[in-house]
Amino acid sequence: MNESLIVNLSIIILFLPLLGFVTLIFLGKWIKKLHLFEVFILGLALILSIVVMYAKLSFYNVKDIVAAFTWISMGNAPAIGSINIELGIKIDNITAIMLVVVNLISFLVHMFSIEYMRGDKRYTRYFAYLGVFTFSMLGIVLTHNFLMMYIYWELVGLSSYLLIGFWFEKKSASDAAKKAFIVNRIGDIGMFIGILILFTQYKTFTFDVIFQQIGLGNLPFNSTAWLTAAGILIFMGAVGKSAQFPLHVWLPDAMEGPTPVSALIHAATMVAAGVYLCVRIFVMLTADAMLVIAVVGAFTSLIAATIALTQNDIKKVLAYSTVSQLGYMVMSVGVGAYTFAFFHLVTHAFFKACLFLGSGSVIHAMHHEQDIRNMGGLRKKLPITYYTFLISTVAISGVPFTSGFLSKDGILAGTLAFGKLTSHWLIPAMGFLVAAMTAFYMFRLVILTFHGEPRDHHKYEHAHESPFVMVAPLVVLATLSIFIWYTPNPFAPADGWFLKNWVKTPAQVTPVQTRFEFMKPSTEEAKAEVHGEITHSVEYTETMHWAHYPAMILSLIVAGLGILIAFMFYQWKKISADKLAEKLKTLYKLSLNKWYLDEIYDATAVSGTLGFGSILAWFDNKIVDGIVNGSAHVTQLVSKFSNLFDTYVVDGFVNFTAFFSGFVGLSFRRLQTGKVQTYIIFVVFSIIILLLIFKPF
Amino acid sequence: MIGFPILSLITFLPILGMFIILALPKEQPKNVKYLTLAITAIQVVLAIILLANYNYSAAGIYDEKSFQFIEKFRWINITGISWLGTVKIDYFMGVDGLSTPMVLLTALISFIATLSSWTIEKSVKGYFALFLLLDAGMMGVFVALDFFLFYIFWELMLLPMYFLIGIWGGPRKEYAAIKFFIYTLFGSVFILLVMIGLYFSATELMQDGARVHTFNMLALMNPANYSPDGILSALNPNNLRLIAYIALFAGFAIKIPMFPFHTWLPDAHVEAPTPISVILAGVLLKMGTYGILRISYPMFPDITRQLMWYIALFGMINIIYGALVALAQKDFKKLIAYSSVSHMGYVLLGMASLTTVGINGAIFQMFNHGTITAMLFLIVGVIYDRTHTRGLNDFGGLATQMPVYTGFVTVAFFAAIGLPSMSGFVSEALVFLGAFGVELIRVLTMISTLGILLGAGYMLWTLQRIFFGPLNEKWASLKDLDGREYAMFIPLTIIIIFLGVYPSGMLNIMNTSVNSLVSFVTTTIHSTSLGGL
Repeated sequence: MNESLIVNLSIIILFLPLLGFVTLIFLGKWIKKLHLFEVFILGLALILSIVVMYAKLSFYNVKDIVAAFTWISMGNAPAIGSINIELGIKIDNITAIMLVVVNLISFLVHMFSIEYMRGDKRYTRYFAYLGVFTFSMLGIVLTHNFLMMYIYWELVGLSSYLLIGFWFEKKSASDAAKKAFIVNRIGDIGMFIGILILFTQYKTFTFDVIFQQIGLGNLPFNSTAWLTAAGILIFMGAVGKSAQFPLHVWLPDAMEGPTPVSALIHAATMVAAGVYLCVRIFVMLTADAMLVIAVVGAFTSLIAATIALTQNDIKKVLAYSTVSQLGYMVMSVGVGAYTFAFFHLVTHAFFKACLFLGSGSVIHAMHHEQDIRNMGGLRKKLPITYYTFLISTVAISGVPFTSGFLSKDGILAGTLAFGKLTSHWLIPAMGFLVAAMTAFYMFRLVILTFHGEPRDHHKYEHAHESPFVMVAPLVVLATLSIFIWYTPNPFAPADGWFLKNWVKTPAQVTPVQTRFEFMKPSTEEAKAEVHGEITHSVEYTETMHWAHYPAMILSLIVAGLGILIAFMFYQWKKISADKLAEKLKTLYKLSLNKWYLDEIYDATAVSGTLGFGSILAWFDNKIVDGIVNGSAHVTQLVSKFSNLFDTYVVDGFVNFTAFFSGFVGLSFRRLQTGKVQTYIIFVVFSIIILLLIFKPF
Repeated sequence: MIGFPILSLITFLPILGMFIILALPKEQPKNVKYLTLAITAIQVVLAIILLANYNYSAAGIYDEKSFQFIEKFRWINITGISWLGTVKIDYFMGVDGLSTPMVLLTALISFIATLSSWTIEKSVKGYFALFLLLDAGMMGVFVALDFFLFYIFWELMLLPMYFLIGIWGGPRKEYAAIKFFIYTLFGSVFILLVMIGLYFSATELMQDGARVHTFNMLALMNPANYSPDGILSALNPNNLRLIAYIALFAGFAIKIPMFPFHTWLPDAHVEAPTPISVILAGVLLKMGTYGILRISYPMFPDITRQLMWYIALFGMINIIYGALVALAQKDFKKLIAYSSVSHMGYVLLGMASLTTVGINGAIFQMFNHGTITAMLFLIVGVIYDRTHTRGLNDFGGLATQMPVYTGFVTVAFFAAIGLPSMSGFVSEALVFLGAFGVELIRVLTMISTLGILLGAGYMLWTLQRIFFGPLNEKWASLKDLDGREYAMFIPLTIIIIFLGVYPSGMLNIMNTSVNSLVSFVTTTIHSTSLGGL
């Protein structure tokens, strides 16, 4: 199999779901059962992507396959030189793996949806939207440059918007869709500015060229601060998409969408795109940027876990657990455990998709009941759903022999090593605390849903196991949560083919002085680093080895503790959850109400913007336009005044002159009588007067 | 080159049509409409012929030889008027990468607006006659290369616009029409003054060796043509170039419309009938930015370089201010009008960058804003025709009632938000890429990016209020789009998506010219005494 075939296949994989979207949108009205075409297309894409992954991992394991074309050419720009904007794809190992992950989950979700969505009045449109989502997600996975990343980034935002608001008759659904898009845009602006910084410096968007330039010491605006800024700003995109604090608020609301959508987009793939982005830009992250990322990730996973403890909606618990796990992955990138971040992305995708689809199966069986307080005892009614759900829960809790144990343990070891090397001990502390809480709230969910006695007998009586197309995906996903797919040794993830052969930490390109101490190459390694072989110092490798067993033991203890407490509370009822909630009322309320973050945002950012908008609208109407209208009025007044002036003063003067001469004429007319006697009298009187005045005598 | 004067034809064909319409009997309104449609359709065909024969590597801008489809002859020539000397005005038309996109846009929007005018019932003859006159005026502005000719067309389009708003408009039509007319005329006075100032400051070398005063734009761009005592000549130590630039800029800024000269726009839009709103937003606003790029920039490159920060500042204000005010609107049409203010801000910001990327983005944004906003106003028109209300809170749940319409609305709204795969994204991205690259205006650019957030805010909120939620029972009998409405929306949708996927289709037309413009504006020195500028 040669390179161009892999490229061509990848392009076909990319455009197949788009073909499905276009077909369904335009022909869905006329052709019955067209959704099966979309499912078929996804099946085809899945097979092709397995072929691509196999070819890439076996024949081109260490070589990246790149293909690009010029999208926009601006010729020879004055003072800049030639500007060409390229689009293209890059297939490295993580791309190849992601292709399969995305297509597999998408295919299973399509399959699941055939039954789950049956009877919906926009049935075909639903599958069309799934198609456009899959297309956009594959675009993110395949891109070889930042611009295309941003393009597909926005397109997944669109499909997420359409699918969250799929039942737009519900106000809560359209609110959630709008919120998701806008909150994501906040992150995207940061990402966009980050991309602007890079483009301004390098006149290209291509990952490899930019990284190469940074490696050569060509920094944005010649400053390491700008490099750090670019890293953090691009990371903001991940903060939005991967629902990291403080932009995580959209994800729980996004559960308004159909449950299979939550599984595909808001648990397994799209929200992991942020982590994928972090992995992509890992090589250009400075120590400062990484620390920011680690802290954001750790804090997010903690805050989300605390909220998940008390939620009563089955999907809300899973949503916060997703936020928490995404925080884990982000934190993992931040502490330099690159491979485990990606590993956890993959394992989490499978077991979280399984959990969400499982919850979909439960909701389907319970006739759209989502409150776990009304469930219970479903184990007997939904055995397959129960066991697959349990396996996934065990995996997410980090119990040995599961995939989750492998990846979580790796992340925790990474944080522990990071703590030891940099003295930021708070990060591993948060990591272990979250691990305990995760085990607790996930088992709380399982026990309340499936164990004990049914609390809503009516709904319980009518519940029944879901049909084959719904449970088959659950079984497949649960199977993928077993360790054997990733490593032969369930206690040493690093020995498995996944981490040993497929995913390796790439070499950092940032200037050595901006890296963490442990990411600087030792002297004997410096040479090797030029060839891009090593990113961590010997010290780091040793510390990782040191951290391996303590992390494993600790994580086992905390997970076991979490599970035990969950059983104490909800299975054996040794402790009353309600009484504890009463005792810790403030904390309980804080957790139940999601730390009041939505309320705080509404009161500040949202109201602030809307209020400012209203003030400006008033200003626009009364002041800016007021001045315009005012000047019109002033002009009118002036013209009225000048009209008056014209009428009474200018014309008045003219008229007065006329009047005066007329008056004078009239007055003197009487003197001219035409009689000689009168004239003689005038003459005589005049002479007398003159004589009296001049007195000549 | 083609064998007939295509630019004159495309400009004056509507006037010919106007005379035919005036000659037609009043009783046949259908014929009037079909005739107008035919004329605008021929215009579209001519525009396509023009594009097919267009030379992509000819720059234009300041170089007469690389302009295309030139028509030039002496129009007014009066010799020996005492101190004035020879008065010479050319009939000079031609296109380059700056004007060709605008010619295409004008032809397209006129055609679409004609379709949208089908619902006009009141004095059909008068309406379409004025409509065609307006069409001719717009086209003329974009193809004229003589300042005097440009000015004539500029004023020509004012008059029909005044009547179209004032007679066929909404309840406050008189107020809106007068406001529009006087405001624009106010700006025109500045343009006229500067035009005359330039005329007396520069001369053009004739073939017989004589130097005469000129309105030829290309001659006015050449610093060598300015006489040392000209009032707008940089050689004159007491010159008024800065003031003239600001006056000229204000004249154009009113048309854009740039804050704080924008308040005529919401009024005009709200009162104007739908097709006139479409023309107003689709083409008329572009004249302002076109004028700046065609006249202000190359004739005053020195001042342009001096003031670029301020241009960017006003661009930023337009973007943010327009978006925030849009957020507070309760009238659908007013909201779109303010979104126009915001989107034209991107054009200003891109222009201010004085870089190839930024100005390419600005011109592309002019075109895209033309198609996208035209579609938005058509959308308002469709719903207003059916319900006779525009209140954003009067609707709800229309998506179930009018699914196809909702589909087009979604496309248009997301195009306006700048969603990738649609044309608006590419132009906005290029504007930001260009502007961010200039250190002087980098901070302004970063603030401006907030516009894409606010844009998503008001657009999605509008989408939700009108189309989502339970169906308002009042509108349970609304019909979805009919054939004529399809005919308006489909071409625009195709263009918006095509240019989003393949922006080079438009960018290649303008690219050579933009490079030439940028190098001309950034390097031309207008005076040796003020070399530092």
